[in-house]
Amino acid sequence: MDYQLLIAIFPQVLLDGVLLGFMYALIALGYTMVYGVLEFINFAHSEIFIFGAFVGAEILLSLQSAGWLARLPWPVVLVLVILAGMLASGLLAVTVERVAYRPLRAAPRLIPLISAIGVSFFLQDIIRLFESIWRNAFNLVYPTMEVMNHRFELTSTLDVSVRSLVVIVAALLMLWGLHALVNRTKIGTAIRAVAEDQAAASLMGINVNRIISLTFLIGGAMGGAAGVLFGVQYSLINPYTGFIPGLKAFTAAVLGGIGNIPGAMLGGLVLGLLEAFAASYMSLLTGGAFGAEYKDIFAFSVLILILIFRPKGLLGEVVRGRA
Amino acid sequence: MIHAVAAVAAVALSVTMVAVFPRSILVFLTFQGSMLFVYVARIPAWLRAGLLALALLVLMPLIGYFNGYYLEVATQVGIFAALALGLNIVVGLAGLLDLGYVAFFAVGAYSWAIFGSPHANLIFGGGFPLAPGWFYVFLFVGLAVAALTGVLLGLPVLRLRGDYLAIVTLGFGEVIRVLANNLDKPVNFTNGPKGITPIGRPPLPFGIPYSEAFYFLVLLIVVVIIVVNRRLEDSHIGRAWEAMREDELAAQAMGVPLVRAKLQAFACGASFAGVMGVVFSAKQIFINPESFTFLESIGVLAMVILGGMGSIPGAVVGATVVTVLNLQVLKGFSLWLNELKNAGVTVLGYSLANLPTQLEPAKYERMVFGIILVVMMIFRPQGIFPARRRQRELAHPHPPPTEVGP
Repeated sequence: MDYQLLIAIFPQVLLDGVLLGFMYALIALGYTMVYGVLEFINFAHSEIFIFGAFVGAEILLSLQSAGWLARLPWPVVLVLVILAGMLASGLLAVTVERVAYRPLRAAPRLIPLISAIGVSFFLQDIIRLFESIWRNAFNLVYPTMEVMNHRFELTSTLDVSVRSLVVIVAALLMLWGLHALVNRTKIGTAIRAVAEDQAAASLMGINVNRIISLTFLIGGAMGGAAGVLFGVQYSLINPYTGFIPGLKAFTAAVLGGIGNIPGAMLGGLVLGLLEAFAASYMSLLTGGAFGAEYKDIFAFSVLILILIFRPKGLLGEVVRGRA
Repeated sequence: MIHAVAAVAAVALSVTMVAVFPRSILVFLTFQGSMLFVYVARIPAWLRAGLLALALLVLMPLIGYFNGYYLEVATQVGIFAALALGLNIVVGLAGLLDLGYVAFFAVGAYSWAIFGSPHANLIFGGGFPLAPGWFYVFLFVGLAVAALTGVLLGLPVLRLRGDYLAIVTLGFGEVIRVLANNLDKPVNFTNGPKGITPIGRPPLPFGIPYSEAFYFLVLLIVVVIIVVNRRLEDSHIGRAWEAMREDELAAQAMGVPLVRAKLQAFACGASFAGVMGVVFSAKQIFINPESFTFLESIGVLAMVILGGMGSIPGAVVGATVVTVLNLQVLKGFSLWLNELKNAGVTVLGYSLANLPTQLEPAKYERMVFGIILVVMMIFRPQGIFPARRRQRELAHPHPPPTEVGP
């Protein structure tokens, strides 16, 4: 076996894993926050995430065709696009909650989950329908800005592109912002109160419905930001792209302890790293018999193993009732 | 009496119409509608049974003789009805949401595909394909293998609560699909995305054409499954499942062995899918992983939900409606739109010829499934043909249980 090679690619794999991990962490926040307040898996979150990516792509494409993409300074464009993606996804999440989940809040557990699956499928095809009519194509390529492709060569085996740095910085900023929002503001206190006990929170004068909408808004916005970053990083999107990352982000949320916000971040990073290492090393270690195509199986096996042996996740808590 | 006359008239009229317009989709839909009417009409049981048997055993093959496509649709409806009935046990009766159900279908399909085609020579050396007669043995092999897979999946995940179970079964379905896609190395079991072909077909008596034979075979299996389902529903096991669905703790306190009941539900549901998988692979001659995606699982779930969870006629009606919607209405709409496009029709000054080429209504089955699921959950969670017990329960929803703090 080629140990030299194994060691040589290690830093690059580590970097890829961290990138992927931040992406999962941002998406996982949407699952975990909603689960925290409603104890409900928002299955449509993967489409809310990819919706952000599409909104971002549309804005970039129209800026490009208007000739502004090259003229405006790139950080401005980037911030603008991320904010637009956040806003769009956040509003979509609130709408979905209002239309498809709120009427079912008193129903047996599986009913809203099935409704969420329906929303997920519906959104996939609505995006496809719109893009088919609007652009006559539903596979979009993210327009690139020249700067993004610039690479810093750190060592002979490790280089890092500007786009990766952008993703890491943006993800860190947002995770920090969310952490501050939830722990240091009045709204954050209200969200935590509703997650703890809805009835008591409403007796304390908290408008529970508004807080639930707000939770969807924040979770959706995080997903939308992740969507834009996903597009910037991996550049190819279609309406069905969101599904698998969404599923893995859910795995990350469970891994960290669902309902637990720092847990989602940790779970995202761990899963991203595991997956990156599995994808690069599995084929090398098994002599090519099992390659990177098994990385999805790997992620699902992680999910099943956690649920069996440690259903409360790495950081645990918050899950009421038995998983 | 009026119902009886109307029922006979409906069947007679729709058949005449099919005979006169053998190519019209709408007319074929009225034929299917007439059978539904016969089922719900207040007529003597012998008349209902007679009319249904006449329609299914004589009229349908006759229609198929003149237009093979309709027979194909009817066969597909039968295959999906069997799947819906199987999933109905797991989701409807036992209350375990299984999002990877199509995996069991895949297991059954691949079990015959590998041994019923020359493909097995790549694994075991020589001596394959098995003689066509083995198909009938493999109906039972597929059943057993799928049931075993169901138990194997069930064992580790049974402790999970409802929504976690759903996600894990989804993951399991994806795992089976990824395996089917990639197990062409190191040993070539599934031939990867290229799929397996040619898969052997069973020997038939009297030289019946294959399309008719598969129609009757599927019909026979569906009838057997319905009978088994009915017997199960009112049996000890069925009652245990329903008790478990309503309240696991209470069921356990009443002496329902939870683990065994859950495993039985998984195995039962899976076995139906396994049998149909074997039939499906022989009917198609060719299978590849594309037939066993998450989309299919959700399609079957949409059938169960539309018809009504836990209801046997509901599952059959749901399978009919969804399959017909997919195979006929959406495809018909696509063709019609294309014709309008080619004819250069304009609507409100907009020439349809300018419609984007990527816009193909036939590709929008996800939207149909999605709308069915959401709308049914919000407005009619008990489905079109609710199970009687379930209907009563959903009419007077219990207040959500209040949390008792630790």
